Amino acid sequence: MSTATIVSLPDQSTARVPKMNFLTRENGLLSWLLTGDHKRIATLYLISITFFFFIGGALAGLIRLELLTPQSDLLAMDTYNKVFTMHGIIMIFFFLVPSVPATLGNFLIPMMVGAKDLALPKINLLSWYLYMIAGVMAIYTMIAGGVDTGWTFTTPLSTHYLNTHVISTGLAIFVAGFSSIFTGLNFIVTIHKMRCPGMTWFRLPLFVWSNYAASILMVLGTPVLAITLVLIVLERTVGIGVFDPAKGGDPLLFQHLFWFYSHPAVYIMILPGMGVISEVVSTFSRKRVFGYTAVAFSSVAIAVFGFFVWAHHMFIMGISNYAALVFSLLTMLVAVPSAIKIFNWAFTLYKGSITFETPMLYAFGFMGLFTIGGMTGVFLGATGTDIHLTETYFIVAHFHFVMVGGMLMAFLSGIHFWWPKWTGRMYPEKISQFAAVTTFIGFNLTFFPQFILGMLGMPRRYASYPPEFQVLNVFSTAGATVLGVGYLLPILYLTWSLKYGAVAGDNPWQATGLEWMTQSPPLTENFPQIPVMDHEAYDYEWLERQQQQEVASV
Amino acid sequence: MSDTTITANRAATETESAHHPAHPSFQRHHFESVSQQFDATNFAMWLFLLTEIMFFGGLFTSYLIMRNWYYPAFVEGSHHLSIFWGTTNTAVLITSSFTMAMSVYSAQMKQKGKLVMYLVLTFILGLAFLCIKGIEWHGEWVDHHVPGLRFSDADFLNPKLDADVYKEYHDAPLSPEMAQNTEEYFFLYFAMTGMHALHMIVGIGLLGFIIFRARQGAYTSGHVTFVENFGLYWHFVDVIWIFLYPLLYLISRHT
Repeated sequence: MSTATIVSLPDQSTARVPKMNFLTRENGLLSWLLTGDHKRIATLYLISITFFFFIGGALAGLIRLELLTPQSDLLAMDTYNKVFTMHGIIMIFFFLVPSVPATLGNFLIPMMVGAKDLALPKINLLSWYLYMIAGVMAIYTMIAGGVDTGWTFTTPLSTHYLNTHVISTGLAIFVAGFSSIFTGLNFIVTIHKMRCPGMTWFRLPLFVWSNYAASILMVLGTPVLAITLVLIVLERTVGIGVFDPAKGGDPLLFQHLFWFYSHPAVYIMILPGMGVISEVVSTFSRKRVFGYTAVAFSSVAIAVFGFFVWAHHMFIMGISNYAALVFSLLTMLVAVPSAIKIFNWAFTLYKGSITFETPMLYAFGFMGLFTIGGMTGVFLGATGTDIHLTETYFIVAHFHFVMVGGMLMAFLSGIHFWWPKWTGRMYPEKISQFAAVTTFIGFNLTFFPQFILGMLGMPRRYASYPPEFQVLNVFSTAGATVLGVGYLLPILYLTWSLKYGAVAGDNPWQATGLEWMTQSPPLTENFPQIPVMDHEAYDYEWLERQQQQEVASV
Repeated sequence: MSDTTITANRAATETESAHHPAHPSFQRHHFESVSQQFDATNFAMWLFLLTEIMFFGGLFTSYLIMRNWYYPAFVEGSHHLSIFWGTTNTAVLITSSFTMAMSVYSAQMKQKGKLVMYLVLTFILGLAFLCIKGIEWHGEWVDHHVPGLRFSDADFLNPKLDADVYKEYHDAPLSPEMAQNTEEYFFLYFAMTGMHALHMIVGIGLLGFIIFRARQGAYTSGHVTFVENFGLYWHFVDVIWIFLYPLLYLISRHT
């Protein structure tokens, strides 16, 4: 590995972060709480989701500590049920779903398409408020005694057999759902109507394409979850019975409605992450993304196929064999566009000038872990193996590989990649490379043993297990500790860098996106004047010519 | 939404207009032109209506499945709804859509008086719809047809109990299991009409605000986006009812 780097920073003795930028333009709490600026709202989101990530992470820590020993000794059985339920709900609805879209997407999409702001700034702010209201309701639920249905709210368990705070949780997710609907709606409108002159669809960065695909899923899927939760709440309060077999209702109908959202939700969580990886891989191998059009359309294909695979969550729930057959086939199909992406990134790397800055390390982590997560998904999509593996730790490992190994890696990759743009300062390189490697090692140590545990038959959602599973569980818990360190480090050094980081300049990575053509941090309306897109996306030769011209004219 | 400072800004815009000829005061800062602003907000409204379709879609799916399973219960349940009030309400709502369309037209023609008049008519028709719905719901409460809270399947085990309905339809008694399932019908009836009424209430609230602003002349100076987009919402809620009416009231009336 060479020590080559593409980082080019301005002369540190004279460089200053621009005095006038979106962070400094106005001061005071109200200027933040009433802002319409997409970059400020993204900042608000970043702080809020980080808060919820650490709550969810603490709960995950409790789960792993409890599973250190075969007996249920740290937590009582029903407390354990509440802990894993709240872990799932907070991580999915309050971290993963808004993670990349609401922070990086909010911050970047208007700049990437060359606009001054998202199309509907007030709706954007409203979406953050809805998110916060939902968050307060979720925290209230936890303080009031929690909920123990599992994040899936399975009926009739959630409607008849439990007396925990299902209603307040359901309403919290209902409200959070509207926050994500409004984010998605805003993105679609912005990408359609706010592109700058010359910015055709096939000049858009792939980050925009993947967020566009995820937005379609948010807009079409989330309302179905909303009405399903309304029905659950009505079933608990008024006693109606659409899902209650005793009254002629159908619990399987609940499963269909719930997974109609919650399977596409998986792609809401992963697609924006894939967008980050496309940007990072291209920048750090100095090549246009291989097969740009294929990668762009594979995002849309994932969004479309993603709507027709939901019943693979229900193979053991008594759906007909023919339905299982069809859904199994469709599930295999959705693996194709995901594989297209992985192969295209690999070909982008081929003969590229690769450098190993932190975002690239996280991106490599993503590619490896997402591939494993995706491949094990094929095991679960096959009806035969699914019967054996579902509801075991295999499935826990599978979705953590995709969600944590995939999306969280991509999120951290993106945060590091655009940190200089966001704050005007670089993060410290060495320690962040250390954090990236630590996260990768910790992650594998935590979740790989869970595949084996699942194969051996350890069921999920129990506080105790037979003693012969202890060795692997100890590995997993030890890994979780390493992983925890890997996640704490960025918080510390990124905060440190706000004041002491090197001044980044406009374009520290020599990247080609429009967001790098303006100052860091950007002005409130992003560009001094609306840019004109006169080149293809990821055109590094254009960038080189541009820089030569600048030198010549100076 | 963004036009609260129209009058205050007008003077400023007029002095500036020498430099920026095509920059009316209602254009938000981040749009390049009024037509871009209109396109974007209009498109956003259509997308929002798409999410609403998906929202009601969950209920329509439940309805479809339950109706297939419990067709006799759904038929006899529907016989206890009032066709008269249902039809009247459909007429009221379609008329309100007409007055709403006329409001949009008046705003485009910059006729302030007519705009306010049509908006007020829409407002009244909307309230009339809710009142009639209230009358119907009250009837169901009296007849013990409110699922969960006040429900009895006696009317379906022994149809002669409700003489008026029996005289008209001569329903046969349902088996006890099937009679129970009428609760499922009434649940969906309340969930769907209730959700629809909730959208009406939101619409009427917004309409009140629009009337207030229209009287100040906010929508007759060329800025009709908000009225137009609200019109889309109003028509959408109307269309939902156009589906609910046959599904809930006219189940057994096909040939």
